[in-house]
Amino acid sequence: MVVQTEDAVRTDRLFHALADATRRDILLTTLRSAQSVTHLARRYDMSFAAVQKHVAVLEKVELVSKQRRGREQVVSGNVETVRHVARLLDALELVWRERVGRIDDILSEGSTE
Amino acid sequence: MTVVGTTKNVDELTLTFVAEFAAPVERVWGVWQDPRLLERWWGPPDFPATFTSHNLVAGGAAAYFMQGPDGERYYGWWAIEAVDEPNGLTLTDGFADETGTPDPAIDPSRTIVTLEPIDSGTRMTLTSVFPNLASLEAMLEMGMMEGMTQALEQVDALLA
Repeated sequence: MVVQTEDAVRTDRLFHALADATRRDILLTTLRSAQSVTHLARRYDMSFAAVQKHVAVLEKVELVSKQRRGREQVVSGNVETVRHVARLLDALELVWRERVGRIDDILSEGSTE
Repeated sequence: MTVVGTTKNVDELTLTFVAEFAAPVERVWGVWQDPRLLERWWGPPDFPATFTSHNLVAGGAAAYFMQGPDGERYYGWWAIEAVDEPNGLTLTDGFADETGTPDPAIDPSRTIVTLEPIDSGTRMTLTSVFPNLASLEAMLEMGMMEGMTQALEQVDALLA
Protein backbone atom coordinates (compact mmCIF):
# COMPACT_ATOMS: atom_id res chain seq x y z
CA MET A 1 0.00 0.00 0.00
CA VAL A 2 1.11 3.50 -0.83
CA VAL A 3 1.52 4.58 2.78
CA GLN A 4 4.32 2.12 3.59
CA THR A 5 6.95 4.37 2.14
CA GLU A 6 10.44 5.14 3.38
CA ASP A 7 8.99 8.52 4.27
CA ALA A 8 6.50 6.91 6.65
CA VAL A 9 9.27 4.97 8.38
CA ARG A 10 11.33 8.13 8.63
CA THR A 11 8.48 10.14 10.12
CA ASP A 12 7.88 7.39 12.66
CA ARG A 13 11.50 7.74 13.79
CA LEU A 14 11.03 11.49 13.80
CA PHE A 15 8.16 11.16 16.20
CA HIS A 16 10.15 8.84 18.43
CA ALA A 17 12.94 11.42 18.48
CA LEU A 18 10.50 14.15 19.50
CA ALA A 19 8.71 12.05 22.10
CA ASP A 20 11.32 12.72 24.79
CA ALA A 21 11.37 15.96 26.81
CA THR A 22 15.18 16.18 27.00
CA ARG A 23 15.50 15.68 23.25
CA ARG A 24 12.87 18.35 22.61
CA ASP A 25 14.82 20.70 24.86
CA ILE A 26 18.08 19.89 23.10
CA LEU A 27 16.37 20.56 19.80
CA LEU A 28 14.89 23.90 20.92
CA THR A 29 18.23 24.99 22.40
CA THR A 30 20.24 24.08 19.33
CA LEU A 31 17.69 25.71 17.03
CA ARG A 32 18.35 28.99 18.82
CA SER A 33 22.12 28.64 18.62
CA ALA A 34 24.66 25.90 18.00
CA GLN A 35 25.91 24.25 21.20
CA SER A 36 28.82 22.00 21.98
CA VAL A 37 27.95 18.59 23.43
CA THR A 38 29.96 19.57 26.53
CA HIS A 39 27.85 22.66 26.95
CA LEU A 40 24.63 20.68 26.51
CA ALA A 41 25.76 18.06 29.03
CA ARG A 42 26.08 20.80 31.67
CA ARG A 43 22.47 21.80 31.06
CA TYR A 44 21.00 18.47 32.10
CA ASP A 45 21.28 16.35 35.17
CA MET A 46 22.74 13.41 33.30
CA SER A 47 26.03 12.05 32.08
CA PHE A 48 27.89 13.29 29.03
CA ALA A 49 27.32 9.88 27.42
CA ALA A 50 23.56 10.06 28.03
CA VAL A 51 23.36 13.49 26.42
CA GLN A 52 25.47 12.23 23.54
CA LYS A 53 22.96 9.40 23.05
CA HIS A 54 20.06 11.85 22.88
CA VAL A 55 21.96 13.92 20.35
CA ALA A 56 22.61 10.78 18.29
CA VAL A 57 18.86 9.99 18.17
CA LEU A 58 18.13 13.53 16.97
CA GLU A 59 20.98 13.37 14.48
CA LYS A 60 19.76 10.12 12.96
CA VAL A 61 16.48 11.71 11.87
CA GLU A 62 18.24 14.92 10.82
CA LEU A 63 16.62 17.07 13.47
CA VAL A 64 20.12 18.22 14.40
CA SER A 65 23.49 18.01 12.73
CA LYS A 66 26.91 17.67 14.35
CA GLN A 67 30.10 19.35 13.27
CA ARG A 68 33.60 19.18 14.62
CA ARG A 69 34.98 22.54 15.65
CA GLY A 70 38.49 22.14 16.94
CA ARG A 71 38.28 19.67 19.83
CA GLU A 72 34.56 20.22 20.27
CA GLN A 73 31.52 18.59 18.69
CA VAL A 74 29.03 21.33 17.90
CA VAL A 75 25.31 20.52 17.54
CA SER A 76 22.90 22.69 15.59
CA GLY A 77 19.16 22.29 15.11
CA ASN A 78 17.80 21.61 11.64
CA VAL A 79 14.99 24.07 10.99
CA GLU A 80 13.89 22.27 7.83
CA THR A 81 12.99 19.03 9.62
CA VAL A 82 11.05 20.84 12.34
CA ARG A 83 9.18 22.65 9.61
CA HIS A 84 8.27 19.31 8.08
CA VAL A 85 6.37 18.31 11.23
CA ALA A 86 4.63 21.68 11.43
CA ARG A 87 3.73 21.51 7.75
CA LEU A 88 2.01 18.15 8.19
CA LEU A 89 -0.35 19.74 10.71
CA ASP A 90 -0.78 22.75 8.44
CA ALA A 91 -1.69 20.40 5.61
CA LEU A 92 -4.27 18.69 7.81
CA GLU A 93 -5.75 22.04 8.70
CA LEU A 94 -6.10 22.80 4.99
CA VAL A 95 -7.81 19.44 4.45
CA TRP A 96 -10.42 20.44 7.02
CA ARG A 97 -10.77 23.99 5.73
CA GLU A 98 -11.61 22.57 2.32
CA ARG A 99 -13.99 19.99 3.79
CA VAL A 100 -15.80 22.68 5.80
CA GLY A 101 -16.11 24.74 2.62
CA ARG A 102 -17.76 21.82 0.86
CA ILE A 103 -20.08 21.16 3.82
CA ASP A 104 -21.09 24.80 3.66
CA ASP A 105 -21.94 24.44 -0.04
CA ILE A 106 -24.16 21.45 0.75
CA LEU A 107 -25.92 23.27 3.60
CA SER A 108 -26.60 26.43 1.60
CA GLU A 109 -27.93 24.35 -1.31
CA GLY A 110 -30.49 22.74 0.95
CA SER A 111 -31.76 26.01 2.38
CA THR A 112 -32.86 27.35 -1.04
CA GLU A 113 -34.89 24.25 -1.95
CA MET B 1 -19.05 29.39 6.88
CA THR B 2 -16.57 30.78 9.34
CA VAL B 3 -13.51 28.94 10.48
CA VAL B 4 -13.33 30.28 14.01
CA GLY B 5 -9.99 28.88 14.94
CA THR B 6 -7.47 26.10 14.81
CA THR B 7 -5.03 24.88 17.43
CA LYS B 8 -2.12 22.71 16.46
CA ASN B 9 0.12 20.91 18.88
CA VAL B 10 3.31 19.71 17.18
CA ASP B 11 4.49 17.70 20.20
CA GLU B 12 1.22 15.89 20.74
CA LEU B 13 0.19 15.66 17.07
CA THR B 14 -3.24 17.12 17.69
CA LEU B 15 -5.33 19.42 15.58
CA THR B 16 -8.40 21.18 16.96
CA PHE B 17 -10.54 22.86 14.37
CA VAL B 18 -13.61 25.02 15.02
CA ALA B 19 -16.07 26.09 12.31
CA GLU B 20 -19.50 27.68 12.38
CA PHE B 21 -22.32 27.03 9.95
CA ALA B 22 -25.49 29.03 9.27
CA ALA B 23 -27.66 25.94 9.63
CA PRO B 24 -29.26 24.12 12.55
CA VAL B 25 -27.44 21.27 14.30
CA GLU B 26 -29.74 18.64 12.75
CA ARG B 27 -28.75 19.65 9.24
CA VAL B 28 -25.03 19.69 10.02
CA TRP B 29 -25.46 16.26 11.59
CA GLY B 30 -27.01 15.20 8.29
CA VAL B 31 -23.77 15.72 6.34
CA TRP B 32 -22.16 13.09 8.60
CA GLN B 33 -25.11 10.75 8.77
CA ASP B 34 -26.17 10.61 5.13
CA PRO B 35 -23.43 8.75 3.22
CA ARG B 36 -24.47 10.37 -0.07
CA LEU B 37 -23.92 13.82 1.47
CA LEU B 38 -20.74 12.68 3.19
CA GLU B 39 -19.33 11.57 -0.17
CA ARG B 40 -19.73 15.09 -1.45
CA TRP B 41 -17.36 16.62 1.09
CA TRP B 42 -15.04 13.96 2.61
CA GLY B 43 -12.72 13.79 -0.40
CA PRO B 44 -11.50 16.68 -2.54
CA PRO B 45 -13.16 17.03 -5.98
CA ASP B 46 -10.31 15.20 -7.74
CA PHE B 47 -10.25 12.41 -5.11
CA PRO B 48 -13.95 11.80 -4.36
CA ALA B 49 -14.86 9.34 -1.62
CA THR B 50 -17.31 6.47 -2.07
CA PHE B 51 -18.72 4.92 1.09
CA THR B 52 -19.37 1.23 0.53
CA SER B 53 -20.78 0.84 4.03
CA HIS B 54 -21.80 3.36 6.65
CA ASN B 55 -23.44 2.61 9.97
CA LEU B 56 -23.27 5.62 12.25
CA VAL B 57 -24.12 4.01 15.58
CA ALA B 58 -21.92 3.30 18.60
CA GLY B 59 -19.97 0.15 17.74
CA GLY B 60 -20.77 0.66 14.06
CA ALA B 61 -18.36 1.03 11.17
CA ALA B 62 -17.92 2.58 7.78
CA ALA B 63 -15.79 1.63 4.79
CA TYR B 64 -14.82 3.86 1.92
CA PHE B 65 -12.36 4.45 -0.85
CA MET B 66 -11.10 7.56 -2.53
CA GLN B 67 -10.37 7.45 -6.22
CA GLY B 68 -7.81 9.68 -7.88
CA PRO B 69 -7.78 11.06 -11.41
CA ASP B 70 -5.68 8.13 -12.68
CA GLY B 71 -8.10 5.60 -11.21
CA GLU B 72 -5.91 4.74 -8.22
CA ARG B 73 -7.89 3.91 -5.10
CA TYR B 74 -7.09 4.50 -1.43
CA TYR B 75 -9.14 2.46 1.05
CA GLY B 76 -10.12 3.58 4.52
CA TRP B 77 -12.32 2.53 7.41
CA TRP B 78 -14.02 4.14 10.38
CA ALA B 79 -14.87 2.49 13.66
CA ILE B 80 -17.60 4.44 15.42
CA GLU B 81 -16.78 4.65 19.12
CA ALA B 82 -19.63 6.84 20.28
CA VAL B 83 -22.63 8.61 18.80
CA ASP B 84 -24.77 11.27 20.42
CA GLU B 85 -27.15 12.21 17.63
CA PRO B 86 -27.22 15.05 16.62
CA ASN B 87 -24.62 16.46 19.03
CA GLY B 88 -21.54 14.60 17.94
CA LEU B 89 -19.58 11.43 17.44
CA THR B 90 -16.18 9.89 18.04
CA LEU B 91 -14.57 7.85 15.33
CA THR B 92 -11.35 6.03 14.63
CA ASP B 93 -10.06 6.47 11.10
CA GLY B 94 -7.68 3.94 9.59
CA PHE B 95 -6.37 2.47 6.36
CA ALA B 96 -7.30 -0.74 4.62
CA ASP B 97 -6.45 -2.81 1.56
CA GLU B 98 -8.89 -3.27 -1.31
CA THR B 99 -10.71 -6.04 0.56
CA GLY B 100 -11.38 -3.69 3.48
CA THR B 101 -8.90 -5.43 5.79
CA PRO B 102 -7.35 -2.81 8.10
CA ASP B 103 -3.69 -2.06 7.37
CA PRO B 104 -1.79 -3.01 10.57
CA ALA B 105 1.28 -0.99 9.53
CA ILE B 106 -0.41 2.36 10.05
CA ASP B 107 -1.99 3.20 13.39
CA PRO B 108 -5.45 4.78 13.10
CA SER B 109 -6.18 8.31 14.22
CA ARG B 110 -9.04 9.36 16.46
CA THR B 111 -11.43 12.21 15.76
CA ILE B 112 -13.95 13.72 18.14
CA VAL B 113 -16.70 15.82 16.56
CA THR B 114 -19.11 17.96 18.56
CA LEU B 115 -21.98 20.02 17.17
CA GLU B 116 -23.58 22.68 19.34
CA PRO B 117 -26.29 25.24 18.64
CA ILE B 118 -25.27 28.91 18.59
CA ASP B 119 -27.27 32.02 17.67
CA SER B 120 -26.10 31.96 14.05
CA GLY B 121 -26.56 28.19 13.60
CA THR B 122 -24.09 25.48 14.56
CA ARG B 123 -20.56 25.34 15.88
CA MET B 124 -18.59 22.25 14.90
CA THR B 125 -15.51 21.43 16.95
CA LEU B 126 -13.27 18.72 15.66
CA THR B 127 -10.26 17.26 17.41
CA SER B 128 -7.98 14.85 15.59
CA VAL B 129 -5.34 12.96 17.53
CA PHE B 130 -2.60 11.06 15.71
CA PRO B 131 -0.66 8.30 17.50
CA ASN B 132 2.51 9.03 15.52
CA LEU B 133 3.79 11.04 12.60
CA ALA B 134 3.55 8.13 10.16
CA SER B 135 -0.17 8.00 10.82
CA LEU B 136 -0.58 11.72 10.18
CA GLU B 137 1.50 11.59 7.04
CA ALA B 138 -0.35 8.53 5.75
CA MET B 139 -3.67 10.27 6.23
CA LEU B 140 -2.43 13.23 4.25
CA GLU B 141 -0.95 11.00 1.57
CA MET B 142 -4.36 9.56 0.96
CA GLY B 143 -4.80 11.40 -2.25
CA MET B 144 -4.47 14.82 -0.75
CA MET B 145 -0.82 15.50 -0.20
CA GLU B 146 -0.07 16.84 -3.67
CA GLY B 147 -2.74 19.49 -3.71
CA MET B 148 -2.07 20.35 -0.09
CA THR B 149 1.66 20.73 -0.64
CA GLN B 150 1.00 23.08 -3.52
CA ALA B 151 -1.43 25.10 -1.44
CA LEU B 152 1.08 25.23 1.43
CA GLU B 153 3.81 26.43 -0.88
CA GLN B 154 1.51 29.27 -1.88
CA VAL B 155 0.84 30.06 1.77
CA ASP B 156 4.58 29.94 2.51
CA ALA B 157 5.23 32.29 -0.41
CA LEU B 158 2.67 34.73 0.95
CA LEU B 159 4.22 34.64 4.42
CA ALA B 160 7.80 34.92 3.20
